[in-house]
Amino acid sequence: MTLTSDTAPANPNDAGYGTFTIGGFTFSRDEYFATITWPTGTHQLAIDVFLRALQRDVAWGFFYGIVNFDSVFGTVNHYGNVDMFAGRFNDAYRRAEVDYSENFTHDDLMACFQSMLKDWTNDGYDPFAAPQETGQPFGKNNGSNDAAVTRRRVVADRMVSVPGDEQVRTDDMGFPVNRGFADVPQDEPIVEVEPGYEGDVAAYNLFKYISRSDVTWNPSVVSACKESLYCPTSEEFILPVIHGNDRVEWFVQLSDEIQWDVEDRDTGAKRARVICKAGDVAAMPADIRHQGYSPKRSMLLVWENASNRIPEMIARGEISPRAVDF
Amino acid sequence: MAGYTTVFGSLDNYEKGRVIIVDDDPKAYVFSNIFEVASMSKPYEKVAVGKNLEYVLETIRCEGTSEWRVTPHDEFALVMDGTVVVELLDPSGQLVDPDANGSIGLDGEPAGTRMGRITASRGHQALLPAGKCYRFHCDAVGVILLQTIEGPDTIYRWAEICQTEA
Repeated sequence: MTLTSDTAPANPNDAGYGTFTIGGFTFSRDEYFATITWPTGTHQLAIDVFLRALQRDVAWGFFYGIVNFDSVFGTVNHYGNVDMFAGRFNDAYRRAEVDYSENFTHDDLMACFQSMLKDWTNDGYDPFAAPQETGQPFGKNNGSNDAAVTRRRVVADRMVSVPGDEQVRTDDMGFPVNRGFADVPQDEPIVEVEPGYEGDVAAYNLFKYISRSDVTWNPSVVSACKESLYCPTSEEFILPVIHGNDRVEWFVQLSDEIQWDVEDRDTGAKRARVICKAGDVAAMPADIRHQGYSPKRSMLLVWENASNRIPEMIARGEISPRAVDF
Repeated sequence: MAGYTTVFGSLDNYEKGRVIIVDDDPKAYVFSNIFEVASMSKPYEKVAVGKNLEYVLETIRCEGTSEWRVTPHDEFALVMDGTVVVELLDPSGQLVDPDANGSIGLDGEPAGTRMGRITASRGHQALLPAGKCYRFHCDAVGVILLQTIEGPDTIYRWAEICQTEA
């Protein structure tokens, strides 16, 4: 494995950006596009599409299963090591036998992606933000936005607001109510605690918490029942990745509406469109990939089983790729 | 310029989405609606609307006062509609195997020490702590989504609550 980067300003290209090589893959960007090359091919993505996907892959630690940046390029998380691929989950590439995949350690690929994200993100552009709430990613190198691309992901051990755990969001902490949720009530539950039970009597306003999120399509953990994780997120515009499941994942639509395109995980063939409105609950089977569309900022509760046993159990046929057989 | 209107659901006002099939079985998506499920439930039935191996999401219709329950592990109650009061009690003895899954109902009021009380409305999430007892009260009708593990009182009605046809 080789890992090299010609990062700006040491050896920038004409647009001022570094070029990154890891294994057989090379990444370069110009004013509008990211270009990826590998031993059997080449591919381009609009730079805004690429940076939004790259940001999620970095922030989520390659997430559960497959993160497709688009229908060609992406990563498969094996939890400790990661496959980076081109065309592996694209039927045409597979049939033509021009798909390519290479395995890296988690840390090596993460370091490469982090360096690329830092160098290619310009001042004033936030890949986590909704398109209406950030500047342009295009053009020549115009500085950086390290504060945006290195946000800490919230992961509560027990529940947000419990003493010693993650705390609620406030104006003073730099989390004002988002413009899309200006009408969301900001009241708090009434918590009456007897002395000595401060660590066990706790509650907070989850909808207020989500209304103050400054990012989109970025699930964070607010409560954990063993390996059952509540991962709410505020959504607007398009999920920047096409998420390929390696386990069943559940969506609870808390507000407004998201429409999901569901495709076969391996071929990309269309399977369904799922329209989720407030109060709807839907499972995403373990053999699909999905991408969501949220026309208005909405609240989504992503519910995950974080057990690392699940992908192997599905592969061995011990459990169904469906959530429930009925 | 007009602002945005955030749409939440309630027992009195919800609109259910749907699965539009291209080439699949709608049952694969286990598609239901929390408010519709609660509208068909008896008070304090624990009806699963999500299942991920041993873990479940239960919809609970809150109406009047529930029985006391004890949970072997942390559970989390998210109020989706109405106002619900959660009473918490520290039992004087161990009432549940800490390795068990899911809460169990108790006969009458357990002996122990009052821990406190939470009054929660729509969007509020409350901790139901491991090893402790709790009960719910709602003057009108409310809805809770409970993050927990499958237990003896979990009810499965998938064929009744989920979209089964394209």
